[in-house]
Amino acid sequence: MIEALLILLMFQLSGEAITYAAALPVPGPVLGLVFLAVALRVVKGLSEKVSGAAHGILSNLSLLFVPAGVGVIQHADLLAAQWIPIAGALVVSTALTMVVTAATFIFVRRLLVKAASGKNGAGT
Amino acid sequence: MNVAKIWVYLSASPLLWLTATLGAYAIAERISVRLDRHPLANPVLIAVAILIGLLKASSTAFPVYFEGAKFVHFMLGPATVALAVPLAENFAEVRRNLIPMVVALLAGSATAVASAVFMAWILGADATMIASIAPKSVTTPIAMGISERIGGLPAVTAILVIATGIIGAVIVTPIMNLFGIRDWAARGFAAGVSAHGIGTARAFLVNPLAGTFAGIGMGLNGVVTALIIGLLVALFG
Repeated sequence: MIEALLILLMFQLSGEAITYAAALPVPGPVLGLVFLAVALRVVKGLSEKVSGAAHGILSNLSLLFVPAGVGVIQHADLLAAQWIPIAGALVVSTALTMVVTAATFIFVRRLLVKAASGKNGAGT
Repeated sequence: MNVAKIWVYLSASPLLWLTATLGAYAIAERISVRLDRHPLANPVLIAVAILIGLLKASSTAFPVYFEGAKFVHFMLGPATVALAVPLAENFAEVRRNLIPMVVALLAGSATAVASAVFMAWILGADATMIASIAPKSVTTPIAMGISERIGGLPAVTAILVIATGIIGAVIVTPIMNLFGIRDWAARGFAAGVSAHGIGTARAFLVNPLAGTFAGIGMGLNGVVTALIIGLLVALFG
């Protein structure tokens, strides 16, 4: 448990240090994610060490957004004054993004499958 | 010693609001499970509502609350790193879908920013609010950084991000069913790109493979949005 947490923190720390030093536009934890993903593929036995704790944290991911969510009370007036554009933008944009992303994903994969089967078909 | 004195003593330490945050979440989880994980019974929404009620009732200021809650908030970083674990575990599945993912990511990322800015502008939001809304589909720490760079209010962005996540988690299941999208990889990926960590949390509840793709979508969208907006600011800023 402690070892797993140490591993996660070390990868986050290295991500933070490198993004700061190289002035990358990528946040530190995201770079840490990339490093850990590579390390998990390369280093044997690392997966067993972090797996339990990682799944434990991820199954309670919602909890981590609660403190920032409570921050709504600090800006209630500002948000209330412009609630129509805010609500409209959030709902429409989130729904649209969701549909565009899923539809593109499925469309491109079908295109690839068709291209691959087309090639095979030409060969036979 | 009277109750008021005990209250004064406890409310000065981070312990009280850390405990309250975990307690509110535990109650929210119970309610969500009891309602069969109905999309509307979102745990973040319920926990936030309980805590705001407590803060109002006790006239506690947000900074005092956050002294305790910051320990939970801090875990967002390690949790982001932890997304590498399901990613590595489903590596074969991810590699097989690499091209559809990259194209869908670019389309989704551009749609998220463009449609949010357009809708906010046409409905009459001011410039600061539009800048605060632009990165709304990206996970909190990344979105706050972007907001600051383009003239938004990072604290307001944090709230809009959470609201986006809740909206996304609530609508993802009905909307995917409405459009007949049944593929777990596509559904999860769309949840992660549009509704970051809260969408990802919802996806993990529904299906592990959907959760994995959601985590990847969330991570990649953070990077791509940061790059796109950085580029736009460099060109026009």
